[in-house]
Amino acid sequence: MPEPMGFFTDTTVCIGCKACEVACKEWNQLPARNGGVGELSGDSYDNTRKLDGIHWRHVRFIEQFKGPYDGRWLMMSDVCKHCVQAGCLEVCPTGAIIRTEFDTVVIQSDVCNGCRACIAACPFGVIDINPVSGTAQKCTLCYDRLKVGLEPACSKACPTDSIQFGAIAELRTRAHKRVDQLKAQGVKAELYGADPQGALGGLNSFYLLVDEPEVYGLPRHPQLPSRHLAKSSTFSAASAAVLGVLALVGLRKRRMDEMGGGGGGGGAGGQN
Amino acid sequence: MSDTFFSGAPHWTWFIIPYFFIGGLAGGAYFLAALLDWFGRPDDRPVVRTGYDVAAVGAILSGLLLTIDLGQPLRFWHMLFQSANFPAIMFKGWSPISFGAWGILLFGLFAVLSALGARAEEGRLQMPALRAVGGMVRGGVAKLVAGIGGLIGLFIAGYTGILLSVTNRPIWADSPWLGALFVASGVSTGAATLILLSPRRGATERSLGWLSSFDARALVVELIVLIAFIVSLGSVNRVWVSVWGLLLLVGVVWFGILAPLRMHARRQPLASAAKLVLVGGFLLRLATMLASEGIDRYRVAVGL
Ligand code: SF4
Ligand code: SF4
Repeated sequence: MPEPMGFFTDTTVCIGCKACEVACKEWNQLPARNGGVGELSGDSYDNTRKLDGIHWRHVRFIEQFKGPYDGRWLMMSDVCKHCVQAGCLEVCPTGAIIRTEFDTVVIQSDVCNGCRACIAACPFGVIDINPVSGTAQKCTLCYDRLKVGLEPACSKACPTDSIQFGAIAELRTRAHKRVDQLKAQGVKAELYGADPQGALGGLNSFYLLVDEPEVYGLPRHPQLPSRHLAKSSTFSAASAAVLGVLALVGLRKRRMDEMGGGGGGGGAGGQN
Repeated sequence: MSDTFFSGAPHWTWFIIPYFFIGGLAGGAYFLAALLDWFGRPDDRPVVRTGYDVAAVGAILSGLLLTIDLGQPLRFWHMLFQSANFPAIMFKGWSPISFGAWGILLFGLFAVLSALGARAEEGRLQMPALRAVGGMVRGGVAKLVAGIGGLIGLFIAGYTGILLSVTNRPIWADSPWLGALFVASGVSTGAATLILLSPRRGATERSLGWLSSFDARALVVELIVLIAFIVSLGSVNRVWVSVWGLLLLVGVVWFGILAPLRMHARRQPLASAAKLVLVGGFLLRLATMLASEGIDRYRVAVGL
């Protein structure tokens, strides 16, 4: 059995070239949006804007400008986090979403029926429908390449090694060293998703960030969707029980009234 | 900010909203019909028979809506059986969409059996095969089928709310009350449907009176649960500062709950109150679904 594999993305060295986005599209033969006709976001230099069924990599541009000479760009190549406890896999009713031998999370397109439960279940907004297949799609961490000993297309293409691929244990060691290095330089750097005791049992694609997770469009405490199952079911059952009792009490009252005063039947006639 | 704002919308809209509404009222109608079948009187039979018909038609419509909504409709059976390992069962007890698929199938099965039994009772079945099946669903068997089916009906009315809670979407996953709310709304819209349809099958004033007084109680329960739902949302309530909030307040609370309650209290025409309850039940699904569907993660991330 191979070791758990994944990505460590050091956002401090990302230059926003989008080579990873292009390499992903090319290797996975993902279609262009809008028939290839350019669409501008209108409020950012980033025109991809989000991950979806045909964008399995997205280089997020965070443009923090207070004035013309006071600002910075943050760039982060976003992707499926291949969560150790994956919400998408948890809810998928067809069994299309599986965990592979590399501890990555993959959607089998020939099993998926496009119910879209996984889209709402993923805490990171990673999955969407690919309009060509009609099924839910996302990063496979290049399962096909991993099987033959190749590294994923995105990390291979990344010119600055912002995206690093490897065994999770080794990547974590490397990431902690980099955080220490940055902190020594006075940079406020934190790892997101590197802690196996943390949210979702750790993320097999984790990040080095220099601002709050929310700034990068990441939830601070991602959770599994099933956290509400027991409570929501209990409340629903309680509501059903109350209504059942009210109905029975009503029927009993009607019977008592009829026994007391002699009930009237008759056709419905002018009900309206 | 709630962590739910970073998830993606599943596009559960124009087939799923009607499904939630129809499934809810069909489940509620089956439950009430079964209750009257067990504990009612012979003159409640027209309501019972109408309830079974509503449940059967609603179950079939629900199945159709759910199937059409899939990205790959012909693979609907992948939710019931393992596609690569047929006929092994596909079932996840922790995933509402998975156990809900089985719920719908069972609901349809029981509802159709009850409806055939009721039609056989009236002598309205022409086809010999259907007559044979309907003829089997009588007496104790009919009661047993209705008893189990009625409980599944309650499940169908409520599991859709649980399904929404078991996601990571804003509003839906920010409160544990949606399932309870949908149960109350399902039962009250079920009662309203029976009030509207059963007079045609000869329902008595007495049956309709009971339905109307029960509907009033169900509306009170719905209102209380709706308040609990809103309170539990906390800071997420700012999403209601939108057209959906207006719809919830005016369409659901005023026209769908308070106005029919007032009509029930004043003993005004039953059908008018019932129609308002149905409109309110539909708008409840519409507002809760679309308010969340409209929240786009990338706009949230850039603070729009
Ligand atoms: S990030 Fe989302 S899509 Fe990727 S494994 Fe986690 S829950 Fe699934
Ligand atoms: S859309 Fe496909 S992958 Fe996602 S939950 Fe449904 S069946 Fe599973």
